[in-house]
Amino acid sequence: MAGGDLRPASATAGHGSFVEVVAVCVRYLPLLIMMAVWELAGRSGLVSQQMLPGVGAIAAAFFDLLQSGELVINAWRSLSRAAAGLGLAVIIGMAIGLLMATRPLFRNVINPIVRILYPMPKSALIPLVMIWFGLGDASKIFLIFLGCLLPVIVSAYHGARGVNPFVIWSATSLGASKEEVLREIILPAALPDILAGCRTALAFSFILMVSSEFVIAKDGLGFLIGSLGDGGNYPAMFAVILTVAGTGFVADRLFGSFVNHCLRWKEQA
Amino acid sequence: MTADFGIKIEGVSHAYGGGQSGLASGTLALKQTDLLIGHHEFHALLGPSGCGKSTLLYLIGGFIPVQTGSISTQKGPVTAPGPDRSIVFQNFALFPWKTVLENVMYGLQKKGLPEAECREIAQAHIKLVQLGGFEQAYPSQLSGGMQQRAAIARTLAVDPDILLMDEPFGALDAQTRRVMQEELRMIWKKRPKTVVFVTHDVHEAVFLADRISIMSARPGRIEHQIDTGLGPERDESTLTDRRFVELGEQIWRLVREQAVLASRGGL
Repeated sequence: MAGGDLRPASATAGHGSFVEVVAVCVRYLPLLIMMAVWELAGRSGLVSQQMLPGVGAIAAAFFDLLQSGELVINAWRSLSRAAAGLGLAVIIGMAIGLLMATRPLFRNVINPIVRILYPMPKSALIPLVMIWFGLGDASKIFLIFLGCLLPVIVSAYHGARGVNPFVIWSATSLGASKEEVLREIILPAALPDILAGCRTALAFSFILMVSSEFVIAKDGLGFLIGSLGDGGNYPAMFAVILTVAGTGFVADRLFGSFVNHCLRWKEQA
Repeated sequence: MTADFGIKIEGVSHAYGGGQSGLASGTLALKQTDLLIGHHEFHALLGPSGCGKSTLLYLIGGFIPVQTGSISTQKGPVTAPGPDRSIVFQNFALFPWKTVLENVMYGLQKKGLPEAECREIAQAHIKLVQLGGFEQAYPSQLSGGMQQRAAIARTLAVDPDILLMDEPFGALDAQTRRVMQEELRMIWKKRPKTVVFVTHDVHEAVFLADRISIMSARPGRIEHQIDTGLGPERDESTLTDRRFVELGEQIWRLVREQAVLASRGGL
């Protein structure tokens, strides 16, 4: 009976490394094709290089920005705002979502508010938030927080509502109290949904980071994009835009591997 | 409270979908059910599907509130789930984010036992259900039968006064099922407890139980009660015992009657 159907705990390492490199290349091939089309569009004269600078010009502008230190400083300012807003949203959103799932009264009060706030465009609030919180970090952090909060609330709520009742019953019949059921059963059981919501929130945080800095800021990547665009320096503007995209991509991949680590108990696909 | 009963069920009715009190509306799952289960008795609940046998078990467990009538144990009326009445569900009730060992240790930790003792008791029960070597596996890495054995180990480990089992061997293959039945009977003999075992398998009920209640088609009621009278020892030879064979046939006829009624009832 022992032996049998236990799957190997980790993928076989070693001989697969070449295959993996090829797989990665194939996966990102569309990006290379896009870059080639981009470059060709400018060179062939299809699109004016003024409006769409070539890949080479963008790369050159990128290294200039990197060397001057402008890119790093502004990226640091932006990312710390995004991290603060996102972090607050994850903590508070999880608490609200779990409370909604377990306290009917709380759910009845909060649910309509959540439903109306979710589709509301947060960037439309920028002028108002500016009046509330001023031009400093607080207004941007608040906007990022608000945008990230709703996907976290909704995912935590749905995750907690969807927990198999037999699992909860098992825990109570083993002596778990209400608090213990929430902390030790509902929270980990809802974790796949919560983490999926956090991943959505991560993308939102990048979007809101840039759009809020676009309007109200003296620094940050959004500010940099805005001022470079106003000055007509399109290669540098594109360099910053692509830096945001690249950073967002890396953040998403890192979060993805964090999710895989947290959910290693789940059936591997 | 006298010590002569394990579970006392008096006038219990239960309706689904009609709200907390609504016997008038909703589906009536149980109707005026009375049942006295003896202290340390192994009691099987048999009946056609949808007869309310699981409902009755969940009521005893305290998972769903008693609407009408009363259920009490040695500890008084049942109002909520508690570790004195632990349950094994038919399926999918392990904590999927915990390893087999962590699953089995959970109830022991809730009892407040020291970590080393939890581990030791858990290990012993994992061996008992023949899952030795799979302590660090997650439920998703195990077959359905192995998951169910882990769930049984988790419940047995806390050594409850009352053991509730909801078709616990339903998902197991025939050989494992037989082994588990013998093991369960052995464990029960070693550490007597009141067992309520829900099944629709007549031979499983006869092999395991001291007494069998046959429930009627919906709305469920206890229609017949039968003492198996097979004595405490159950093993391979029980299966060929004349009384076992005769009882099986007799009970099968009674259950069939109810199943036919159930299908005529338009369920």
